[in-house]
Amino acid sequence: MDLVSAASPVEVEPTLTPDEITFLAKPWVTLVWDDPVNLMSYVSYVFQKYFGYDKAKAEKLMLEVHTEGRSVVSTGTREEMERDVQAMHEYGLWATMEKAS
Amino acid sequence: MSGFERHRRSGHVIATFTGFEADLLRSLASQMVELLRNERAEPAAPTADAFEAMMTEFSGATTIPDDPVLARLFPTAYPDDEESAADFRRFTEGGLRDGKAAAAGAIIDTLEEAGLPPELTEDGLVIDVELTHAEAETWMRAFTDIRLALATRLGVEAGDEHYWHSLPDDDPRAQAHDIYEWVGYLQETVVEALTAG
Repeated sequence: MDLVSAASPVEVEPTLTPDEITFLAKPWVTLVWDDPVNLMSYVSYVFQKYFGYDKAKAEKLMLEVHTEGRSVVSTGTREEMERDVQAMHEYGLWATMEKAS
Repeated sequence: MSGFERHRRSGHVIATFTGFEADLLRSLASQMVELLRNERAEPAAPTADAFEAMMTEFSGATTIPDDPVLARLFPTAYPDDEESAADFRRFTEGGLRDGKAAAAGAIIDTLEEAGLPPELTEDGLVIDVELTHAEAETWMRAFTDIRLALATRLGVEAGDEHYWHSLPDDDPRAQAHDIYEWVGYLQETVVEALTAG
């Protein structure tokens, strides 16, 4: 039986700097790819609705998808990105995930 | 032809369809339901591993569907990692199929509740549709799936409008493309109505 069960910062590897910790915790990204079908207004709506982005950020990402062929729309753990990719597929957007480069 | 708009007092998203338009929408939604429920993807090659076969049966498909429409609706999540892609598909595709079929089914149910008869016989029939915000979002998603399906079957590409408009009016592909553009118009007006609130 554990008498002390609470996680403590002591367990964090002391040689890591805060930046490295953040990097290790967020190694995955969700990408949305351009397709000739989805409407720009719809894609922007989905980014606002699902990710909670404001209109300016959603439109910037949407335009990036449109002009560059793809855009990183979210960053997080592998499990979080699987949820995001699944949600994008629910909305009919062409999404994939990969390790952040 | 009119699209959706936001009803000022209730905030609902409303549209009025002719009997012909409502019947066409129901037909598109029905085809979507059928497509999603019929073709279950099979493993690429027969497997000798009985356990793996059983797991596939119980938990869902692991390979990209043969039908190009389904392949577009359920893209590969991990393009460079076959094993993770298979796992992702196993855990998500069944639920995604059910959700998309339910969304298309909601269109059919709403149109019929609004007075669309099983067989359209009457001239001058008008179908008024009134959707809550959440219902309108469901229609918006179903419109996306229908447009992706039509575009995949037709081979729509970026900037090819001129080609489609140059086809003779009686070409069935031109007619299918007209329907694709109409559903796009409906979707655009749903997005506008949802954003106006």
